Amino acid sequence: MWRYLGRTIVERLLLLVLISIVSHAVVHLAPGSPAEVDSLNPMMKAEDVLKIRKSFHLDEPLHVQYWYWLSDLFSGELRSFRDNQPVLPRIWDRFLNSLPLFAATTLIVWGLSFPLGIAAAIRRGSRFDRATTFLAYTLISVPGFFLSYVVILGMSRTFDLPILGNRTIGVEGASAFVQVMDRLWHLVTPALMSAMTGIAILSRYVRTQMLEVIGEDYVRTARAKGLPEDEVVYGHALRNALLPFVTMFGFLLPGMIGGSVIFEQIFAWPGLGRLGYEAVLGRDFPTILTLNFFAAVLTLVGVLISDLLYALVDPRIRLS
Amino acid sequence: MSGPLLEIEELSVSFPSDAGALPAVRSVGFAIAPGQTVALVGESGSGKSVTALAAMGLLPPSTRVSGSVRFEGRELLRLAPSELRKVRGGSIAMVFQEPMTSLNPVLRIGRQIEEVLALHRGFDAVRARAEAIELLGHVGIASPERRVDQYPHELSGGMKQRVMLAMAVAGRPKLLIADEPTTALDVTIQAQILKLLRTLCREQNMALLLITHDFGIVAHFAEQVNVMYGGKIVERAPVVPLFASPSHPYTRALLAAMPRAELGRARLEAIPGRVPALDQMPAGCPFAPRCKLAFDRCVEMPPLSRVLGDSTGQHVACWAVETETT
Repeated sequence: MWRYLGRTIVERLLLLVLISIVSHAVVHLAPGSPAEVDSLNPMMKAEDVLKIRKSFHLDEPLHVQYWYWLSDLFSGELRSFRDNQPVLPRIWDRFLNSLPLFAATTLIVWGLSFPLGIAAAIRRGSRFDRATTFLAYTLISVPGFFLSYVVILGMSRTFDLPILGNRTIGVEGASAFVQVMDRLWHLVTPALMSAMTGIAILSRYVRTQMLEVIGEDYVRTARAKGLPEDEVVYGHALRNALLPFVTMFGFLLPGMIGGSVIFEQIFAWPGLGRLGYEAVLGRDFPTILTLNFFAAVLTLVGVLISDLLYALVDPRIRLS
Repeated sequence: MSGPLLEIEELSVSFPSDAGALPAVRSVGFAIAPGQTVALVGESGSGKSVTALAAMGLLPPSTRVSGSVRFEGRELLRLAPSELRKVRGGSIAMVFQEPMTSLNPVLRIGRQIEEVLALHRGFDAVRARAEAIELLGHVGIASPERRVDQYPHELSGGMKQRVMLAMAVAGRPKLLIADEPTTALDVTIQAQILKLLRTLCREQNMALLLITHDFGIVAHFAEQVNVMYGGKIVERAPVVPLFASPSHPYTRALLAAMPRAELGRARLEAIPGRVPALDQMPAGCPFAPRCKLAFDRCVEMPPLSRVLGDSTGQHVACWAVETETT
């Protein structure tokens, strides 16, 4: 176990270095230079472009630039190309904003998909099953942004729910309780909307998986023993049906950066996804690269957690 | 002995499909006396397993089952679910063909046995564990106190089937239904498991419904034999007259297809054709398309089961046999 952990961590660190080199190369090879973002500006002259290139070290070979980025990242000196502000504190701020939205969305998706999918599988072909199937395919088919705008109308008019940003501007002066409630209030609509497609897709997976397991021989054995139906479903079938989702859990973490761009944009949520999106538009290499780097770290950590969890819940898996 | 333990009459099972109901079992009837071993023999797809599963109420709810299955005088097909659960695993236990997949892979084998003990014999956790270890030892598993905490994947196929047997006898059943219990195992292991099965039946005076396609097993085990074909019982007889003078052309063909030492290197006689699909069941005798003796009436009308004249207790459903004897 400990040997496995030691070896896998070393392997994953090496992989991380490789990922950072490749993503550095990709970002630099993509068309559009940070020095030419403002090319239509009449005040911009050729020598200005050269000056910008020099100050950002863009005129140096790629491996030298990679080295600049890496040493700046670890000394904490890394600054944005756009406003010369430190990159790491900004990412940390945005991370703290993204975290509650991510956590709430995940909680809603996983909390609802499993009961829905299991209930639909147990009562296969029932009215409930057909209704959830219809609803799920509707939610998958309707674009999230369209549904969001419809819901925004309803939510803000009927319930007076906030639909922009993650807090009321100027709320900082209020008591801690008011601040927390204000944040929670802002979370409701964005979290619900970004969870919709997730619920639709995951509950389908759960249903399929559960149906497959209910047809297994050992479930028939459990019935032949005379166990009550609840015990058959929850004691014998469910644990087997849940196994594949442990793997999925690991891939959730990086979703915090990439998965939320659209909803952060719609609800003006100052999160990581939007930070990345704006950085790409502005060719802000240090921010893009650092976000990429953290996405890679989150992925590798997530997969490691999945592997460990899998060994924990499935007796057939041995870490070696 | 007062009457049979299990009595099946006119049992029919059909599966709904887009092409209409598919008849898997048609008017099957037989009885098992307490402590008796009865075999249900036939090729794959002849309806053996479906008959057993229907009797236990283990088929999917969409399946249509009609007829009567009486166990100790009680009608199982119309029993309330909670009452039926007391019978399942309690008075009637079942062992399946695939020991590899019939045990739950994520639960310790001890827990899977203890479940039965708690449910049908009311044991508390401590007693159930002690009894589970006892049972594992009894079915011939070495160092049962260690095995009890293992998972199915840590056991060999033969050991898994032993665990299945321990689980089945844990509820002290009066009838054990064994559905091809050795088909998935190596020949040497098969013999061990069959021996164990016989020992267990004798010790507990347990009746056995043995479902198999292997006449070798039937010859060694069964007292009464039901030969199934196309969802029907085509011949029923005590084991000695069945092997001595098989009457139904299908039984004869099956026995002719069995390898025997005295035949030496002679070619085995295969039955031409194959079992008809459920949606292509012939109107008359299901075996007619493959039968050498078939004539017009066989194709037109299904033969009824008749007792053969010579008091051996042989029943056969065949037009050709009747014309022979009368």
